[in-house]
Amino acid sequence: MIEELRSLLGPEHVLTEPEDVVPYGFDGAAALKQRPAAVVFPADTGEVAGIVKLCRERRVPVVSRGSGTGLSGGSVPVAGGVVLCLQRMKRILAIDRRNLTMEVEAGVITQDIFAAADEAGLFYPPDPGSMKISTIGGNVAENSGGLRGLKYGVTRDYVMGMEVVLADGSTCWLGNKCVKDVAGYNLRDLFIGSEGTLGIVTRVLLKLLPKPAARQTLLATFEAMDTAAATVSAIIASPIIPCTLEFLDRRTIRCVEEFAKVGLPGDAEALLLVETDGHPAAVADEAARIEQLAREHGATTVARAADAEEAARLATARRSAFSALARIRPTTILEDVTVPRSELAGMIRFIEEVAARHQLEIATFGHFGDGNLHPTILTDERNAAEMHRVELALEEIFAQTMKLGGTITGEHGVGLAKKQALREQFDEASYRLLGMIKRTLDPDGLLNPGKIIEPVES
Amino acid sequence: MHCGMCLPDCPTYNETGRERNSPRGRIALMRGIADGELEASREFAGEMSYCLGCLACTSACPAGVDYAHLLESARAEVEDRGLLDTPWRRAVRAVTIHGLFLRPRLLRAAGRMLRLWQASGMQSASRRLGLVRLLPRPLREAEPLTPEIQARFSDERIEEITPARGGRRHRVLLLTGCVQDLVFSDVNQATAEVLAENGCEVVTPRTQDCCGSLHAHNGEIEAAKRLARRQLDAIDPESYDAIISNAGGCGSHLRHYDRLLAEEPQYRERAAAWSRRLRDIHEWLVEIGFRAPLDPAAAVRRVTYHESCHLCHGQGVSRQPRELLGALPGVELVESADATTCCGSAGIYNLTQPETATRLQQRKVGHLLDSGAEVIATANPGCHLQIGNGLREAGRQPRVVHPVVLLAEAYRRERERAPE
Repeated sequence: MIEELRSLLGPEHVLTEPEDVVPYGFDGAAALKQRPAAVVFPADTGEVAGIVKLCRERRVPVVSRGSGTGLSGGSVPVAGGVVLCLQRMKRILAIDRRNLTMEVEAGVITQDIFAAADEAGLFYPPDPGSMKISTIGGNVAENSGGLRGLKYGVTRDYVMGMEVVLADGSTCWLGNKCVKDVAGYNLRDLFIGSEGTLGIVTRVLLKLLPKPAARQTLLATFEAMDTAAATVSAIIASPIIPCTLEFLDRRTIRCVEEFAKVGLPGDAEALLLVETDGHPAAVADEAARIEQLAREHGATTVARAADAEEAARLATARRSAFSALARIRPTTILEDVTVPRSELAGMIRFIEEVAARHQLEIATFGHFGDGNLHPTILTDERNAAEMHRVELALEEIFAQTMKLGGTITGEHGVGLAKKQALREQFDEASYRLLGMIKRTLDPDGLLNPGKIIEPVES
Repeated sequence: MHCGMCLPDCPTYNETGRERNSPRGRIALMRGIADGELEASREFAGEMSYCLGCLACTSACPAGVDYAHLLESARAEVEDRGLLDTPWRRAVRAVTIHGLFLRPRLLRAAGRMLRLWQASGMQSASRRLGLVRLLPRPLREAEPLTPEIQARFSDERIEEITPARGGRRHRVLLLTGCVQDLVFSDVNQATAEVLAENGCEVVTPRTQDCCGSLHAHNGEIEAAKRLARRQLDAIDPESYDAIISNAGGCGSHLRHYDRLLAEEPQYRERAAAWSRRLRDIHEWLVEIGFRAPLDPAAAVRRVTYHESCHLCHGQGVSRQPRELLGALPGVELVESADATTCCGSAGIYNLTQPETATRLQQRKVGHLLDSGAEVIATANPGCHLQIGNGLREAGRQPRVVHPVVLLAEAYRRERERAPE
């Protein structure tokens, strides 16, 4: 098998030595690890298909991987399986200015897509926290969100078409450059967020937008989480949909500031980072109204970014929040619960109560405007008693999320980490449907088996 | 935490695209060994030595992972187990790390012999006659990198006590380094001058020891501790307002004497006092509000600043050298692409990993030339030599110089125009 892979890809693109493959055993969260038998780097779709066919003949599981920055264990290998790493496929194939699209290979870095669009005077909005190293293939597989989700949506909203290698090694193209298209089932959507369990995305046709003419970033501080949450509700109800409406609590503010040194106020209990974009007149008007709403709802300070550079620095600092929280304790357990926005203040209070009750340190930040929270438990995996309390706290947070009509994951995916919680979130019939789809598209259960749902019984 | 935010900033990951050649991958390997899932193999040892130790990852890391400490420990483990041991490597390390760089007088004597060889024309003659071809291969390849030794070392250029000009406001100690002393004693002299010019009385102890940075960065922690203890025996940090280093690589190590000797009750406190007072020269000058030299007639020069890894990533000193350069008369400060990316010198990396070092060097020199600068300022002897060699090979001759030398020259010009 290894020999065949070597002759297919060239020996330098097949790694099997322990020192070579162990570093591919993780994803971004580092909590779970497995050792693959081989890590392979295909150069094009043909090679991806060849690998899938080979693995199918030998009944070897294949886990696709971009840069390994996922946060739910989606790209953690299967022990003894093959890791199919798409990072060599990193060509931007075409930018079509007449149709506002960009076609890229799956291994292109998200930041490079943003930059290429920007250079063409266009705009690719999805901006996950890891965009400086994450790949578009990974973003599609996880349906990644980001800071601009509130106004612009998530990766799904920008995928017009894709090339997918299926479990039998055949290759299909789904979608096109048409704005409207209702021919047949919406198969494209099936693969977005499927975490590599249904097929391997090798090319993506992305939708681009005109670049907003103006932007304004505001920074509001609060003495309590409640007043920050109330401000968010007021902004949405007024109704204004800013591009970004981010929240950081005191712990997160301090960790981010310690790293990024962008001048965040260390004494604030809560902070809102708001960005509005669009026509200059609309931006000026929205910024003024947001500032007024924040002051009316008890903001201690409201500041405006002086220029685009300062705004970009603030957004970059915010993207480091999850990693920066690792400064406090050795283990960080990041959650991704999302609730309807009307329930936000209640959910925040509930998380604070849970932390107090279980004597845990929980930092919360997130995309407040989306109702998407990242409560992050700061703990130490070597402390068994504390880890038990962590489990109890997580169960309660998930249960409360369900009660409020929310979802266990807003943008990180299910992977390995949230399989159990997914089962609880879905009703019997919906959960069965997941299994039926998996069995239909991957009857041998070789594509990223054991992720999202339990492995298919064969 | 395995977020991968360091990957785009890692020069070796960018070279190969392989996870093991990244900080995250190397930490995964270290963790694998700690967890008993991997052997500490020759492959592992090779990977630890493939790392530049440039610490770009440390600047990029939101989580504050102390990669320098992890790498030094891993390299120490590699040496303890003799994983890379060969007779040749053992011989080289015996002469350098365990020989010359533990014996300051011997090092200077060797420097003088090398100087004699160079000044007498023997070096160029032997190069011309092709005698270097008779050397064993590793020496032959390293021979062109031999730096030019200065005629006078620091002790002959700087008095043991340099009085402050215009009233003493601070009392500082100047560390003269090893390579800096042999190859760039003019930088040490300039450092003493600019300190004196800014109200510092400068104490420069004679025949200083190596600071141990070379040892710590190359897995010889015990030797590094021995050298740190020697420094602390010779120098009482409490007697000075600051201890000044002007070499990025040394400063990055010198700052951490507190951690290096944390377990040694006899030295712990003194080491902590040392670390509190340790300052990079640019950092100190900005801290005390250095005086900008005046020269209305100064010709305009385009200057770019290449950041020594261990100064910007290791010590977080990045703004101050630019502030210093920006204050010089006639200087137009221009930025070059990837100014914070390693030039490939990385201590002895250009000797241990010549291929990668050369690629990084060529890229660096390209960026520096593209900036259109006539002067390249940098504050670490390794970078200085690496960039100088790279420019020579490219057939281009912008001046490479330590920022402090430019400042000292400006003060000197000022004095020449208006004698006291």
